[in-house]
Amino acid sequence: MRKKIGILAVLLGFFILVTFPLWHSVGMRHSLEPPNLVLPANQKNCVMPVAYMRSSHMFLLLNWRELVVRHDQHTFRSFDGKSYNMSLTGTCLGCHNKQQFCDRCHTYMGVQTPNCFNCHVDPMALRGGMR
Amino acid sequence: MSPLRAGIAFLLVVLVAALAYFGAETAAVRPLLADILPYAALVIFLAGFSFKVIRWAWSPVPFRIPTTCGQQKSLPWIKANRLDNPSTKTGAWGRMALEVLCFRSLFRNTRAELREGPRIAYSEDKFLWLAALAFHWSLLFILLRHLRFFLLPVPHWLLGMSALDGFFQVGAPGLYITDGVIFLALLYLLARRFWDAQVRYLSLLADYFALFLLLGLVLTGIQMRYSDRVDLERVKEFALSLTVLSPHISAAVAPLFFVHLTFVCVLLAYIPFSKLMHLGGVFLSPTRNLANNSRIQRHINPWNPPVKVHTYAEWEDEFREKIRAAGLPLEKE
Repeated sequence: MRKKIGILAVLLGFFILVTFPLWHSVGMRHSLEPPNLVLPANQKNCVMPVAYMRSSHMFLLLNWRELVVRHDQHTFRSFDGKSYNMSLTGTCLGCHNKQQFCDRCHTYMGVQTPNCFNCHVDPMALRGGMR
Repeated sequence: MSPLRAGIAFLLVVLVAALAYFGAETAAVRPLLADILPYAALVIFLAGFSFKVIRWAWSPVPFRIPTTCGQQKSLPWIKANRLDNPSTKTGAWGRMALEVLCFRSLFRNTRAELREGPRIAYSEDKFLWLAALAFHWSLLFILLRHLRFFLLPVPHWLLGMSALDGFFQVGAPGLYITDGVIFLALLYLLARRFWDAQVRYLSLLADYFALFLLLGLVLTGIQMRYSDRVDLERVKEFALSLTVLSPHISAAVAPLFFVHLTFVCVLLAYIPFSKLMHLGGVFLSPTRNLANNSRIQRHINPWNPPVKVHTYAEWEDEFREKIRAAGLPLEKE
């Protein structure tokens, strides 16, 4: 009988482990709402449609890096026909605030801080505030 | 016939994928897939899992099954193999740990071949062990990594684990080592069922089904991470909504995600009714979890009927006078 109780106890432990996310969400005090991303006030569109940017911005950034560093191309024709300088620091972070945009979503998703900022600076942080 | 079994299993998995893909684009089915299926799968998994474990726990195991893979504890000058043939509880724990963490019994895998002569030849075959180990450990890593969709805030140990898995920092999103390893391991585990005639003969539809299902799961996951990206923020929103029992999924989430989700649900619900139940079964296998102490301790079968015995002493008492009269020796005068 002692063995059976032991097995049941381990089984119960396994149940708790499997359903851990449920307990975790119940136990969490703060909200489970998606992050509040601060969008640039002076722009209507990004360089690509929102759906693409939301899911695949990392491909675009790597592609830009490749084109600028390896192929010396600097101009990007956006989906709505505008021309942009391919630059993370100049173009992306010219509009977006790193702390209130990039970081919020990356923290929410548990994405490791990408190594972009090993080299690039955050121009808004340098100026000390939002533009 | 093995190719037929493999083909049917493959078609079944394709069918699941097709149902999920087209279901995700059908307004009536989409909520069914996202809101009901995950819970149904979890309930089936937990109920089926308990049913199996409880049935095993309540089965009597009156005798020790030594399955000797090493020298039993014997005379003091004979060296006993404490892990492969444990005589103590600690030893049995050690054997179980070796089995669960390192797949000790697969490490003994041998291959038998008929050579010229004809003469049978045995050789070591460590690839099954290697692929199984690579697959299971990768699966554990991947499973834990997925917790980042279910937990907010994402705990530090999880971030550390993902960083370790993405150690090589190839591309963005970074390549996870386990993604490649699990795919290659699964390919090997599938291929060995095709190319080895003996294994092919033994392979059942259920073997192929599990492998194809896992391959489908891995491939859709890889596709969503490295090529056809889905909106992960909305996926996390959905995952979190599942944890508070009020599921809702954004219309922006692509059908590919539904294929992945449905594969997971099918796998989860399928586990208790299949060989995949070794997840729980390994801990309850009597050949692994019992110490071989049959020579030290007497194990009595609990349902043995009481046996009526007639000892020699009683027999002598019964016939004492007759034995003495015949001049035969008595044990008790």
